[in-house]
Amino acid sequence: MRIKFQQKLDELKERLLVMAGLVEQAIQRATEAYSSRDMDLCELVSLSEPAINRMEHEIDQLALDLLAMEQPMAVDLRFILAVIRINADLERVGDQAVNIANRVKDLGASSHDLPVDIPKLAQLSTAMIRKALQSFIEADTEMAEGVLLLDDQVDELNRDAFRTLGAMIQEHPERTSEALNALVISRNLERVGDHATNIAEDVIFWVSGADVRHHFAANAAAAEAEEPAR
Amino acid sequence: MGVDIRVENLNAWYGQVHTLKDVTLHIQANQCTALIGPSGCGKSTFVRCLNRMHETNPIARAEGSVKMGGVDIYHDASPVEIRRRVGMVFQRPNPFPSMTIYDNVASGLKLNGYRKRRVLDEVVERSLKQAALWEEVKDDLKKKSGASLSGGQQQRLCIARALAVDPEVLLMDEPASALDPVSTAKIEDLIFELKSQYTIVIVTHNMQQAARVAERTGFFLTGRLVEFDATDKLFTNPSDKRTEDYITGRFG
Repeated sequence: MRIKFQQKLDELKERLLVMAGLVEQAIQRATEAYSSRDMDLCELVSLSEPAINRMEHEIDQLALDLLAMEQPMAVDLRFILAVIRINADLERVGDQAVNIANRVKDLGASSHDLPVDIPKLAQLSTAMIRKALQSFIEADTEMAEGVLLLDDQVDELNRDAFRTLGAMIQEHPERTSEALNALVISRNLERVGDHATNIAEDVIFWVSGADVRHHFAANAAAAEAEEPAR
Repeated sequence: MGVDIRVENLNAWYGQVHTLKDVTLHIQANQCTALIGPSGCGKSTFVRCLNRMHETNPIARAEGSVKMGGVDIYHDASPVEIRRRVGMVFQRPNPFPSMTIYDNVASGLKLNGYRKRRVLDEVVERSLKQAALWEEVKDDLKKKSGASLSGGQQQRLCIARALAVDPEVLLMDEPASALDPVSTAKIEDLIFELKSQYTIVIVTHNMQQAARVAERTGFFLTGRLVEFDATDKLFTNPSDKRTEDYITGRFG
């Protein structure tokens, strides 16, 4: 048993979960700030960015050290690779939170009657992140697969936002700035859903060894099924 | 050119101890195949069965089928013939200490009755070049003994000696475990070069080395071949839990 190595792997997992906690808090605060137009929350989100960036760097360094010093194999190698990828995705979710906070600042105290269900989109995309992280904590591929299924709903809501806000700009050109801010927020939340999807795919890769990114597995299975029997 | 090796239901014993149990695998021609596993798992016994060295121990015996390029080495060929077709390199370099570098390389040919100076000169030069040692020793061929070379050079000398008799298969039992990283890299580069002409089977405890040099890898445990697969598959996503436990260091 490589005790020191196992301890280091546990430490890597723990650090990633701390990073995940910071990111989850940032995205929740950003979406709350949208609903309440709370500028203080926007400020808190912006202030969290340096800490998230610092953690990303620390986790990368720890993962790099483990690759160099321990030369991991099989499930350990897949775990470290998954952590490196998830780390990058979490940092990008943190960036999306900051982007949303900045848009909310631009919106200021403007009216709330925008024809777009940002709270629903926010609720769905943050639920995806939470579920993806839970699947990581529990090494649960079924739960991770559940995250992948949610992504279509988020994409659909984002498409709705483009349609309704586009129509609003045509009908009320004087509210173009508001509509554009809401559109960017919708897009940011859709990206959060994409990052949650990536995290779930990395969990599946770590636990089962299957690469399901870009539907590789489904395409490979379809190709195999189509291949004539020999 | 290298030949393929088909092993079927190979069993080996030392006295009453059953050290190799029903091993079946197909080693591809002109590829490097690595064998890994804990000490005493049977991997060295397995390679020693491939050149009939196992049976040189009076209490040892082997049963099963080993076909090298279609020839059953236990029924259709003599041990002497097989050992000419199958070169072997060991963990500790073992040049003949009292012989010159030249005589070390030429020894196998002389044993086979070759005496013509021009032929011997040609083969010695070719073998040393193949073993990437020629440039380092060409001026001292008949002046220095094999034992005067460094450990890494001695191992390449042993590889040159094995290549001189023009084998089809090269067996390497921990060829770099006694060498420093630079000499190890030279041996690994050499394996890469030699694959086009020989079938190579390497036993190693160093999994990174197996990952670097071999197309396919087999994992042995308590005399059985647990898993045999493409090297990248075996090291990133092994099928058998025992393989995973071994390569991730979770044994014990």
